[in-house]
Amino acid sequence: MSESIKALTMPKWGLSMKEGKVASWLMQEGTSISPGNEVLEVETEKISSAVESSEGGVLRRIVAQEGETLPVGALLGVIAGANDTSEAIDAFVAEFQKNYVPPADDDHDSGPKTQVIEVKGRAIRYLRQGDGGTPLILIHGFGGDLNNWLFNQESLAAKRTVISFDLPGHGQSSKQVGNANFGELTQVVYDVMDALSVPKAHLAGHSMGGAIAIDMALAHPGRVASLTLIAPAGLGPEINGGYIDGFIEATGRRDIKPHLEQLFANAELVSRQMINDILAYKRLDGVDAALRALRDKIFPGGKQATVLREKLGSLSMPIQVIWGEGDAIVPAKQAQGLPASVKVHVLKGAGHMPQMEAAAEVNKLIEAQLG
Amino acid sequence: MARKITYQQAINEALSQEMSRDPRVIIMGEDVAGGAGTDGEDEAWGGVLGVTKGLYKKFGDRVMDTPITESAFIGAAVGAATAGLRPVAELMFIDFMGVCLDQIFNQAAKFRYMFGGKAETPVVIRTMYGAGFRAAAQHSQCLYPVFTHIPGLKVVMPATPYDAKGLLIQAIRDNDPVIFCEHKVLYTLEGDVPEEPYTIPFGEASVVREGKDVTIVTLGRMVHMATEAADNLAKQGIKCEVIDLRTTSPMDEDTILESVENTGRLVVVDEAHPRCNIATDVSALVADKAFDSLKAPIKMVTGPHVPVPFSDVLEDLYIPNAAKIEAAVRLVMGKKN
Repeated sequence: MSESIKALTMPKWGLSMKEGKVASWLMQEGTSISPGNEVLEVETEKISSAVESSEGGVLRRIVAQEGETLPVGALLGVIAGANDTSEAIDAFVAEFQKNYVPPADDDHDSGPKTQVIEVKGRAIRYLRQGDGGTPLILIHGFGGDLNNWLFNQESLAAKRTVISFDLPGHGQSSKQVGNANFGELTQVVYDVMDALSVPKAHLAGHSMGGAIAIDMALAHPGRVASLTLIAPAGLGPEINGGYIDGFIEATGRRDIKPHLEQLFANAELVSRQMINDILAYKRLDGVDAALRALRDKIFPGGKQATVLREKLGSLSMPIQVIWGEGDAIVPAKQAQGLPASVKVHVLKGAGHMPQMEAAAEVNKLIEAQLG
Repeated sequence: MARKITYQQAINEALSQEMSRDPRVIIMGEDVAGGAGTDGEDEAWGGVLGVTKGLYKKFGDRVMDTPITESAFIGAAVGAATAGLRPVAELMFIDFMGVCLDQIFNQAAKFRYMFGGKAETPVVIRTMYGAGFRAAAQHSQCLYPVFTHIPGLKVVMPATPYDAKGLLIQAIRDNDPVIFCEHKVLYTLEGDVPEEPYTIPFGEASVVREGKDVTIVTLGRMVHMATEAADNLAKQGIKCEVIDLRTTSPMDEDTILESVENTGRLVVVDEAHPRCNIATDVSALVADKAFDSLKAPIKMVTGPHVPVPFSDVLEDLYIPNAAKIEAAVRLVMGKKN
């Protein structure tokens, strides 16, 4: 069997994905593909996104038809050289299907698992994937959790250790936010790095997590190898206070949906499952108080209390800023006029969550900076 | 952290966490401690099926075994609630409501209204319902429609471990009387449940399957029958939207109506006897408020109007199942079978 024949399979996005539906093929049989090209669209209960090819070659065979729902790891298509015979591809498909075992329904041992560490009296949930290199730490934003990186972490972990975690007050970490200011949250990043024996890391922060990453780099420059700031807070006073208040005050599906839709350029990405997951989080004891405390300290009166923009120029590690052009939460115009040493990428067709809406581009930019 | 526990463990955890949080929360009922005052305290059984197991050891006299007299201890729980405690009383089987109904419907349910809004009655009555346990006609009824009928009571019907914990914590924190109905066949059902306390508001249905062809409104154990049917039908190209009401009072009318407006077809599945049950109630709502959206007659799937049989064979025939739900869906889709 030719080594140039490769399987394109159903990806696993996030920890709970079991199956996905083939929404549409973006490429036809016979198209040449480079690694990182988006080949098809897949929908899950939570979200839809494009599947990238990690291989280069020619899309020789489309196996999964549009509308089909298939388990994680199932064969979607075959990428091979232009010279591989169709008999060889038939044989590859037959061999794959013969050996393929779909993951069991209650298969909790498959795939990466989150863990919990105790950091200064707080339980912090984290997910470590990949191995080697200077680790990359992913810091989510206000109201988010480590699942905000579901399209990024696995892909980025191919070359290095990647750690995501839930900030205090978020996800499945402790809901105690202490002083609820950047100093407090930055100290948590520092402590998590210590607890996980990470002397130095690349930091990628989204929104409020971006400001935490900047603050961490300012406070402990020796421990930060580079900064990737995605739709970051901390670069200007403007922020959509209506979104933050709306997210906090909403108690049900109908009232939270319009607020969540502001996060994305394509509002249809807000699925029922995404809303349910966020409501379930908001209904945990302690979350409401934590979010209000963070809002009052970090975004009081619909403004950002801390603007670190002027201090970026004093940092010597590589810094890049990635913004969605249609960001309705933190305006993309804050990407303008930054020090020349800061690389700026404004992505078309993305809103406040470019790491989800333009995952392939964001992953490529992070890879490029980390080398 | 979320991890898998059973429906029964979820209820036990909700009770334990609320008792730790609020000293006013007490538990009372027949054998809820079980073995109290004997040498067997450590092995205290904790209710007829062990749902409150371990709580007596943790909370001592705040878990009170009562005499076998529902009229007395349900009345005592209602009285304690008006006097400032937050009792969780266990009416072992819902079938026993007859002997303590006055305390519930004519006392607990009325206080807020008859005392000009000045009285609160934060009592929770946990009770087991449902067929499938080979327990015959006096221990297998649904009867939640009776409580749903009474203004002033909130009626909760969790179908999953996640909902059981969140709805019970909400029930304990609620300032009105709540009837919390637990299907005994669901006690061993496992599901993801966060370790931390959390609440689920009353009157918010859960859409457990999304679909455009038929709306299936259901509750309690029937949620699982309906999702099984929906999964089978999806393979035949019929997409069902399955709505778990979660609470019958208050009831989430908006979610039902929005769904029927999208699908144009309604099947209601209810384990209770077919006359004046939740299925008739939901059907009436849709006929009244969304009639113009309907493309087909409403179909109800319920047990027959007879007491639950003792014979295994007959009991299995009595309970609605996925096959009966599938047949009803095909009927409203205009298919012969």
